[in-house]
Amino acid sequence: MGVDVDLIFRIAGVGIVVAFLHAVLEGIGKKEYAQWVTLLGFIYILFLVISIVQDLFQKIKSVFLFQS
Amino acid sequence: MLIDILQIVGLGLIATFLVTILNEHKSNISLLLTVFVGTVIFLFLIDRIQDIFRMVQTLANEAHVQTVYVETILKIIGIAYIAEFGAQISKDAGQGAIAGKIELGGKILILAMAIPILTALIETILSFLPMKG
Repeated sequence: MGVDVDLIFRIAGVGIVVAFLHAVLEGIGKKEYAQWVTLLGFIYILFLVISIVQDLFQKIKSVFLFQS
Repeated sequence: MLIDILQIVGLGLIATFLVTILNEHKSNISLLLTVFVGTVIFLFLIDRIQDIFRMVQTLANEAHVQTVYVETILKIIGIAYIAEFGAQISKDAGQGAIAGKIELGGKILILAMAIPILTALIETILSFLPMKG
């Protein structure tokens, strides 16, 4: 339970940092870099979420559907 | 047991506040955060659910119910949960149509799994009726 809480804060932190960088980069006129930063942040968070959802589906298969 | 519910509620509240922060700038990342928290909470509960299912199965064995039926019912519960999990996430993201399709898929798969139970039920009912001729 504990490790997941810090993952939540990591996701929120990355999200806020990406949003901030996006705004800053757009402020100084570098639009494409802003897009890249947002995309990379999104991909990293997607990786975190997918790894835990895969764990969830594995558990559900073993508990509900009896295929361990 | 009381501690567990406090953990769940605390986690949910923290996540809600973080999502409200993220929603103004990056709503796609906030959706990922909601999916993540939903998964974490369910992973926390899945051990309890496993104990409940074990109890249901032992009761079924004592009552000499055929395990096929009990397993099918538990599978149906699993399918219902996953379908609801996916449908709620896409509804949260504002995609009502996709959510509807996921729910439709869940219903049809559940019905497909319930066929053996339904046929057995109908046969037992017919056996009670006095068949004329």
